Amino acid sequence: MNDIFEITEQFSGKRFQCQDGHSVLQAMERQGQRCLPVGCRNGGCGLCKVRVLQGEYRCGPMSSRHVPVAARAAGEVLACRVYPLSDLTIERLAPQGAAANQQQQ
Amino acid sequence: MEKGVMRPGHVQLRVLDMPKALKHYVELLGLIEVDRDEQGRVYLKGWTEVDKFSVVLREADEAGMDFMAFKVRNDGTLSRLTEELAAFGCALEEIPAGELKGCGRRIRFVAPSGHCFELFADKEQTGKWGLSEVNPEAWPRGLQGMKATRFDHCLLYGDNLADTLRLFTEVLGFSLAEQVIDPAGNRVAQFLTCSMKAHDVAFIQHAEPGKFHHASFFLETWDDVLRAADLISMTNTSIDIGPTRHGLTHGKTIYFFDPSGNRNEVFCGGDYHYPDHPPVTWTADQLGKAIFYHDRELNERFLTVLT
Repeated sequence: MNDIFEITEQFSGKRFQCQDGHSVLQAMERQGQRCLPVGCRNGGCGLCKVRVLQGEYRCGPMSSRHVPVAARAAGEVLACRVYPLSDLTIERLAPQGAAANQQQQ
Repeated sequence: MEKGVMRPGHVQLRVLDMPKALKHYVELLGLIEVDRDEQGRVYLKGWTEVDKFSVVLREADEAGMDFMAFKVRNDGTLSRLTEELAAFGCALEEIPAGELKGCGRRIRFVAPSGHCFELFADKEQTGKWGLSEVNPEAWPRGLQGMKATRFDHCLLYGDNLADTLRLFTEVLGFSLAEQVIDPAGNRVAQFLTCSMKAHDVAFIQHAEPGKFHHASFFLETWDDVLRAADLISMTNTSIDIGPTRHGLTHGKTIYFFDPSGNRNEVFCGGDYHYPDHPPVTWTADQLGKAIFYHDRELNERFLTVLT
């Protein structure tokens, strides 16, 4: 499997490609995009929270503090732990004002 | 150490995936696995540490720190400090001996910063890993990864720094070694020591209480820090920042994240502190330089990414 999926971040309008098996955040960083804030990259800090508006995906382990069961069911997940299974449309949900400033740096 | 608190004893961290966490803490950091318990917790230590363990990993659905513990001189000291903590107004809980394998009774309390701390007097001493107690060699063979020598300190983010300082200095006998003061005169960072180290625990002001910034492990040399950076790249480990130097404490450092997003530091060098030294002060307008001495710029991720 060498599928490549297209990710569209709705808030910024940015698009980037994500290889099968890579997380959305990893793909974004590799392509030098900055439409999502990058924190721990490992599901713990909650900084890269997004809502998946369209598409299929699987998730790795994420801290329940940032992704409670109900949020996860509503498609609110951490981009560092989202592995696309199709093209995705996502929307960033930066949790704190300060953290959201990363994009403008 | 005027009140009998000797040093950081252990930290218990929550991890999302134990096998991945162990690969990180054992194969990358070079901590030694020393035991496991029926709860599934795994006990680790740095090779120079004499006590049985200093890091406990617990698998959970949320990252972060359960508690940090300090070892005190003896059981009498523990009893006296228990009374003083109660008089200060801390809610206390006694954890029986053996709840952590090889550790005596622990007194658990919540600091005004919202963090859970423990004191204990007794822990099984297994000696430095791989070295004889008599005529010890310089270092043991068979160490992995960064060869972290010891668990050194934690940096914690939380509220109510003033009362936290009072608790640590007045009740537990710590000294304020370094601080950051804002233009209004508020202390927004405090580095506390019960030894000659520049910090045994540090706090930074943050609206949300009880947050974990990092657990730090000591290396001997700058070359070891550079080698740690190489290993972080070789293993595609999530890096935060470094290698660089701090203004605060002047330690030489690199930061990275464990597979659950808990931040780790390995560092070497740094300032020393005696109880008669006035605190080293940085002003908040120089915070960038205080935190990262070379970049001299505030780093958003370092300030806001917590577990």
